[in-house]
Formats: sequence, C-alpha cells, structure tokens
Amino acid sequence: MTIILGIESSCDETGVGIVRLGADGLELLADEVASSVEQHVRFGGVVPEVASRAHLEAMVPTMRRAFDTAGLALSDVDAIAVTCGPGLAGALLVGVSAAKAYATALDVPLYGVNHLAGHVAADTLEHGPLPSPALALLVSGGHSQLLRVDDLAGGITEIGSTIDDAAGEAYDKVARVIGLPYPGGPPIDQAARRGNPSAIAFPRGLTGPRDAKYDFSFSGLKTAVARWVEARERDGEEVPVDDVSASFQEAVADVLTAKAVRAATDLGIGTMVISGGVAANSRLKELAAERCAAAGIELRVPRPRLCTDNGAMMAALGAHLVAAGVKPSSLDLSADPALPVSTVWV
Amino acid sequence: MLVLAVDTATPAVTAGVVEVAGGASTLLAARVTVDARAHGELLTPHLRDALAEAGRAFADVDALVCGIGPGPFTGLRAGMVTAAALGHALDRPVHPVCSLDAIAADVPGEPLLVVTDARRREVYWAAYAADGSRRTEPAVAPPAEVAARVAELGVTRVAGADLFDFGLPRVGSAHPSPLGLVAAADLGAEPGPLTPLYLRRPDAVEPGARKRVSPG
Ligand SMILES: [Zn+2]
Repeated sequence: MTIILGIESSCDETGVGIVRLGADGLELLADEVASSVEQHVRFGGVVPEVASRAHLEAMVPTMRRAFDTAGLALSDVDAIAVTCGPGLAGALLVGVSAAKAYATALDVPLYGVNHLAGHVAADTLEHGPLPSPALALLVSGGHSQLLRVDDLAGGITEIGSTIDDAAGEAYDKVARVIGLPYPGGPPIDQAARRGNPSAIAFPRGLTGPRDAKYDFSFSGLKTAVARWVEARERDGEEVPVDDVSASFQEAVADVLTAKAVRAATDLGIGTMVISGGVAANSRLKELAAERCAAAGIELRVPRPRLCTDNGAMMAALGAHLVAAGVKPSSLDLSADPALPVSTVWV
Repeated sequence: MLVLAVDTATPAVTAGVVEVAGGASTLLAARVTVDARAHGELLTPHLRDALAEAGRAFADVDALVCGIGPGPFTGLRAGMVTAAALGHALDRPVHPVCSLDAIAADVPGEPLLVVTDARRREVYWAAYAADGSRRTEPAVAPPAEVAARVAELGVTRVAGADLFDFGLPRVGSAHPSPLGLVAAADLGAEPGPLTPLYLRRPDAVEPGARKRVSPG
C-alpha cells in the first residue's frame, strides 16, 4: 500500500490530492482545491501574477486541509507528484518549489509530471484502469487537445489541438460579448438550455475537406458570434442571449465531438475519455454520449470536480508512475511552462 | 539551536546552516548561487547540500529563517514557499525577515543605505541608523530619487546591489547572507505571518468597453 501526494498549481487552482495505491487499484483519500477565480473575475481572465500570489498564500493551508480530510500525517506519504508543466511559469514554480521541499523534508521520491496527462489520469480515479489504447479529449480554458493514450506512464501522443483559442477561452470571450459573467462556461451552458441551438448557423472551424482533420479552431466562431451580436445591436434589436448561447454551444460541442469520434474511428480506438473544465458542459456530454454510442465507442467522463484542475489527478498520475516503476525526478527539476504532452514525467 | 536560512529576494539563491548558541551564531555551511532564474531549481538542492556539509539532517533543524523580500515576484516566492513547506513538513517555526534588514545586519556601524535590484530601473531600499535599526519602511523607487535623499537620511555608506553611484562608500554584500538573515530574526519570538513584501501591485488592467469586431 502506497500513499501518493499530488500537487497542482499550473493555473488558478491550488490543488492538493492524496491517493492510496493498493492491490485493488486507486482510492481517493483527499482532494482539496483553493481557487483564485474570484480575484480574476474583474479582469475577465486569469492574471498570472495574481494567480501566483494566491498559490503562495494557499499552498500550506490547502496541504493541511488535505491531510485533515484524509486523516493522515505527512509522515504517511510515500511519494509526491507535482505538476511541472504545461502552465503559467510563475504559478508552476510555487507548486514545484513546495513539492521539492516536502519531498526533501519527508525523504520521499518526487515525480515532476505533466498536467495534461493528469487530466487523463483523473478518470482512472472514477472508472478504474484505462484500456489501451484510449482516446482523450481535453477541453478547458487553457487546453483543447486530442490525445492517443497507449500508456499513462509514458505513451501519450497528441493527434490534434487548437490552432488558436482553447474551447474554454472561447466561452469566456463569447460570455463577455453577450453580457454574461466570467468564467463563461456555466452561465452560457445555463442560458443555452433555454435557447434554440439551431436558431443561428454559426461556423464550425476547420471542418472543410482540406482542413486538418483533428485540429480545432475557435477564434473564427468567437468572431462570428461578436459580429452577429453587433449587427443586432446596430439595428437596435434586442440580443437573444439564450439563442446565441445555445447556437454557440452547439457549434463548439458539434466540432469537438465530431472530430473526437472521427479520430477514434480512424485509429480504431474503442474508448474515449473527456476531461478538463469544459467536460462539465451539459451539451458536450450529451452529444458525445449520442455520437459515441452510434459509433460503438465507450465514453468515460469523470465527475465535474475531477475534470477541473485539482491535485487528485496529479496524485493519480503519480500512482501510475510508481506502479510502473518509473525513476523519480531529480531534485533540481524545474517547471516547464511549455512541457509537451508526450513528456509525461521529467 | 540549528537554524536553516533561506533567501531568494535577490538574484542570489541563498541557503545556509547556522548554529546559534549562547547568543553567538556560527555558519556551519552555505550554498549560494547568483542566478536570478534558478531559484526554483537550485534552492532545495542547496539546502540539502549545505545540511550534508554541516553533517546534519533536516530532522535536526530547530527553526527556519526566511527572507520575505522586497524582491522581484517570481524568485521571491520560490524561497518563501520552500521555507513554508519545510516548516510544515518538519513542524518547525519559520521566522520572516525583511531581506534588506538581513543585508544591513551584516555591516553594523555607521548609518547605512541598503538597495537591491527591483528591475524596471528601480531599486528596493531602506535606511538604517548607526544602532542597526531600520529608519524607513522598505520602499521601491528609481535610484536617482533615493540618491537625492541621501543627505536627509543621514546615511554614510551603501550596501546591497551595485546598480547606481550614490556617492557613498560601498560596504557589505550584494545579497543577504545566512548569518545576516539569522541576525535580523528574533528567534525567541513567536514568528509573524510569512507574507511577502511585494511593494508593487500586480500588472493587470481591467478590460474597458468591448472592442467591436465588425468593420465601421
Ligand atoms: Zn487543466
């Protein structure tokens, strides 16, 4: 039996998770998150310096809460996994520095791990081991990627990604255009449930016959929404927020699920995982379930709490590395804001 | 009493092991690297190596002293979160120290100006009396502005970063030393909160009116 501590600080959530790796798999013992999202609202997006300051303040208190929840002492820890990239440089540095200090003081191995791989590993906390290969669709404010996952402990290949905005970023920008609050995901999802998804035909980016099959683009969609709204405003008409939300959301969900299902079908992959903050979106989940079922693909979506950034997913990834017998990281490891997804640990 | 001293408020990554006994402090080992971009990378290895050289273990540490700046944000946080995490993991107190005070503590005597690099053509600074007490709140300003106040402040020497000619003889070190950090701390007192001295607000602007994307 092994206790793995996971630390996450790549964006605006300070996450500490504790996972037990036993003979019968992973057990989640604690998952504490301190978010600085409230401090970013008035800026309409994450301000790196504000996020980094919040990480420093929250790190030790979040750690204490996690150990209280788990009913464990720091001395029970057998290994530590920390996000060392990709993410905001100053934010990552706080988590990596803390993890090194804990690992050194507790004399346990340290694993510097990939945040994106952590999002995939989060699903194993809820649905057990991942079949190989699996396809992962990661969608959040910071990332939109299609990954082929042969092995969580090192066999991850990016097969597509956004060429401009992340999906969650498009939600934030569209929310601003139609006067909904930041972050834009939840309020747009709510408004969309009242609206008509086929009211406005917004463009589906990169879906032409010559476009990259597995890449995404949300910048054109965001601009199309802004143009449409501005035209109504110019004519003195009221903007139908619910219909705009529903039509925008439909365009996002349509492109994401169509490309993901196509990739799985093309590559002969029978299991799809959707994770990241946007995975909590109701229409994305619904459409993915429909299309996966039609294509004979098993769909796995972890509960929303595990989809957004947290320390538990990093602990889960750490547990997979420990189980695979991977060599721990060196104590002089540094944060890498641009860590590629093919590098699961450093 | 075995004290670990940490500072990352300047380009130096500073780790020291200090024995405090009967009012006297002895430096047992130190690791210092001057590299403004290596704080996160090197600090913990430096602490480990300094302890090993001193022949001690983390479990032997009785207290930590940590420079809380003022300092450029990113590096400063690496040191502070390291000290906070070590304090938590070892269940030992972490004493915060103004990093400028630590530089001043190394060179007692005549009234002193201490400056460090705040980047953006500014310095962090504070003035000290002959008895070593700080006479001004730590502040950030263009060096010429500080130089214009030298007579009024009554300082006759300058310590810290060599960034500007203040017309004063230079003394001491450019960075806080482990002994300076320990000297500036009140190890007998209950430690205060470990709050960084940023002295600047984050660079962030609230968005104005939405920009139109349509032509015209
Ligand atoms: Zn994420």
